[in-house]
Amino acid sequence: MSIISQVIFTVILGIFVFFIAKRVNFIRLNIALGRPQIVVGDKRQRWKNVLLIALGQKKMFKKPVPALLHLLIYVGFVLINIEVLEIILDGVLGSHRIFASLLSDFYVPLISFFEILASGVIFSCVLFLLRRNVIQVARFQKPEMKGWASLDGNLILVIEIILMGALLSMNATDQLLQEMGNAAYPLTGSFLVSSWLIPIFDGYLPSTLVIIERTAWWFHIVGIFGFALYVTYSKHLHIFMAFPNTYFSKLTPKGVMEPMPEITSEVKMMLGIPVEGETPPPDGFKFGAHDVSDLSRKNLMDAYACTECGRCTAECPANLTGKKLSPRKIMMDTRDRMEEIGKCRSNAKIHDEKFLLGGFISKEEINACTSCNACVEACPVLINPLDIILQLRRYQAMEASGSPASWNAMFQNVETNAAPWKFSAQDRFNWSEELKNDK
Amino acid sequence: MNIKIPTVAVLAAEGKVPEILFWVGCAGSYDERYKNVTKAFVKILNKVGVDFAVLGPEETCTGDPARRAGNDFLFQMQAMANIQVLNGYGIKTIVTACPHCFNTLKNEYPELGGNYQVVHHSTYLQQLIDEGKVIQKGAQIAFKGRKITFHDSCYLGRANNIYEAPRKVLEALDAELVEMKRCKTKGLCCGAGGGQMFKDAEKGNKEVNIERTEEALETQADTIAVACPFCMTMMSDGVKNKEKEASVQVQDLAELIAESEGL
Repeated sequence: MSIISQVIFTVILGIFVFFIAKRVNFIRLNIALGRPQIVVGDKRQRWKNVLLIALGQKKMFKKPVPALLHLLIYVGFVLINIEVLEIILDGVLGSHRIFASLLSDFYVPLISFFEILASGVIFSCVLFLLRRNVIQVARFQKPEMKGWASLDGNLILVIEIILMGALLSMNATDQLLQEMGNAAYPLTGSFLVSSWLIPIFDGYLPSTLVIIERTAWWFHIVGIFGFALYVTYSKHLHIFMAFPNTYFSKLTPKGVMEPMPEITSEVKMMLGIPVEGETPPPDGFKFGAHDVSDLSRKNLMDAYACTECGRCTAECPANLTGKKLSPRKIMMDTRDRMEEIGKCRSNAKIHDEKFLLGGFISKEEINACTSCNACVEACPVLINPLDIILQLRRYQAMEASGSPASWNAMFQNVETNAAPWKFSAQDRFNWSEELKNDK
Repeated sequence: MNIKIPTVAVLAAEGKVPEILFWVGCAGSYDERYKNVTKAFVKILNKVGVDFAVLGPEETCTGDPARRAGNDFLFQMQAMANIQVLNGYGIKTIVTACPHCFNTLKNEYPELGGNYQVVHHSTYLQQLIDEGKVIQKGAQIAFKGRKITFHDSCYLGRANNIYEAPRKVLEALDAELVEMKRCKTKGLCCGAGGGQMFKDAEKGNKEVNIERTEEALETQADTIAVACPFCMTMMSDGVKNKEKEASVQVQDLAELIAESEGL
């Protein structure tokens, strides 16, 4: 019996590893669609960002209540993995609670601690479900959250509750079987939280209890495998992507736009400035971004790191005043577009005649942005939706000649009058005479 | 006071380079309302007796609005031309009242070969106050009992992390400084950044400047202090829209300091 279940478990584990690896590779190739970027700047500062912002969740604490609830789930998730390791070892080796004999007296406190964390996870997930569905926090009710996005958010919370429930049920029935003297369940002692659940299972036949305990065990571990795989398709991927994403985020002031050195020699020539070692724009160079492949790899990583919390959109002045722009949707669209291109890749289709700008993100959206950086400031994992918007605007202006008419007029004014308004350059210094004559 | 407004070209003819270049900006040169800020700041510079000059007719747009609207080609044309002028005169330090010019000159010109020490006038005014060059004790009587709220400019605040300098300047006035609900890192944009100043807003249910003005009016402040020409326009329009221009004024930091100095 044990051998059969060991084999079945190992096969499931193998299938899981295969599909996860496949999915990880798919995402890696999607991010590699983007322009490679040279990472410059202080490594120490980058690691500090990872520690404080990704691991320490510093920016989450701008909103203390959700931050605390989130922290409970996060700590639970990270630490309970130690118990998952035990379950995997048991599954492969055919042992039962392999850590119990290894850790002897520490085992009960450790599992009890995990159980407290599991209760914390359930508590937070229930409150988060209430926030999403009953209190209806505004940022979860925006148009881009309809359908899959909202289902995804709820599914993650429900799955986490069920998984933690399975863990506690498994431990409760295990204790009952221990008390009954079942040889397959060596005595460990009583666990802090699950011992309260024993009355639920009391009175069942030992054989039924074994079935419940084994079902909970299998459900819990296979559920975790399934969940891990699901995460790679879900917004929940932020649990991994937040780390590289904070590492690679820019260290320069938020006001700086990405430079465009490819056109500098041309500009110099037009102004009659001598150019050393003339460098024409590289082949296939495009002004700005039309599709995800024109964006930087960091932009694409951003899209996979986004968990659609909507803090960006809740702070966006355009969105607050009813405009179509939502920074969160910019990230969701970028991700959807990458996934679509990824699927074309596996179907050996070269291109599908669709683009990020136009096919997913409209001009109306990008033209509503005030570049105020509120979205960038709001993001707990240093995602930069503004950077994408500005690259799409570059394409709109320089490749597609599709800027709004009043912007084209402004460009014209800068070119001819050296000011964005239609004033004569000769009148620029008139204020000085006015000031002198004020007296 | 006999106001002096030297241009860099005239100084160069005498073989001199000013210690500070005051970068006036397009709004500072042309906008009827905002020209008053330029004048107030020049009065302060005159009073302090600092060695400054302006480019005058040689100044041109930094290229910021073109860049934010996506036309990087035009931005680089403007930037290169300006850098040639600035480097030609050997300019080392630039002070400007416009956060958009400030951001571009400070952060985006070095890439193209323009390296200067760039200071926003809020920081500069704070330095003058700290050094005791403006606002001596007792001079701020005019502001007793007045209530001021400061509207953060995005290109000063979030873009460049300057939150304290403008507040320090206002604190020196001895007026009551009240904060809006959304301030500092969470400050709400006036609605004009990113090229919005030069086009109509996209379809929505409200103008951003109205949303922000309502928030400013909620503080019951009699003065909305700004440190940006675009914010000045947007907040003034908002106050007019709310028909509060008789009781609430929108003023730049330089105007407030000049007023306290009796300039």
